Amino acid sequence: MADTSLFSPENLEAARVFVGSALALTGAVFSAAGSIGVLRFPDFYTRMHSASVTDTLGATLVLFGLMLIGGWSLVSFKLLCIWIFFMFTSPTASNAAANGAMKAGLEPFLGKWTGQKIKIEGQEALRAQEDRE
Amino acid sequence: MLVAATLAVIAAMALLLARAIMGPTLYDRVLAVNSFGTKTVLLLGFLGFVTGRPDFLDIALLYAMINFVGTIAILKFFRYRSFGVPLVASKNSAQGEE
Repeated sequence: MADTSLFSPENLEAARVFVGSALALTGAVFSAAGSIGVLRFPDFYTRMHSASVTDTLGATLVLFGLMLIGGWSLVSFKLLCIWIFFMFTSPTASNAAANGAMKAGLEPFLGKWTGQKIKIEGQEALRAQEDRE
Repeated sequence: MLVAATLAVIAAMALLLARAIMGPTLYDRVLAVNSFGTKTVLLLGFLGFVTGRPDFLDIALLYAMINFVGTIAILKFFRYRSFGVPLVASKNSAQGEE
């Protein structure tokens, strides 16, 4: 009787693996899109935006998808540990890279819609902050 | 579907490697290598599930930690040109480094 039901254990198992694989594939596609952005954006800061945002979302989707495939096991616990670690380190590393580039004097590339005015103001603000420090 | 995801991650790693090689500034390279390490962790997880032996996850966890520490160390080296400077520097030593 339970075998003919839509929510039989076999069907639930298959659905779990399918949903997990779909989540992992979505995360991998996000990661690939972020890598394309890293390759094609014109500036360090835009590249960092692309890389850091898609790193966080792509890793989350991939790890949770693999957790769904793994089920309740030690494997899923390790994946959860990796995810928690990523949630701490990925924004920290991005912030450190941006801070290092800004302190080293790497200027953002500004297009024709933002103009030169913002660039000079930002530079003056940076100089003033360095003087205060 | 997992194989397709693995191939997507490998393609992403190839693109990041291209950016790391031809990056105009040092920070582009650091960013690309950091993101490459993240993709390596994801690839290790995928490889474990594709081959049916999810034992690579310990290596993935270790690689995530080493990647973070290496990124921070390289950025510190770029700023201070030394690993020996404390990260919270006093005022005199910070000005002396500048």
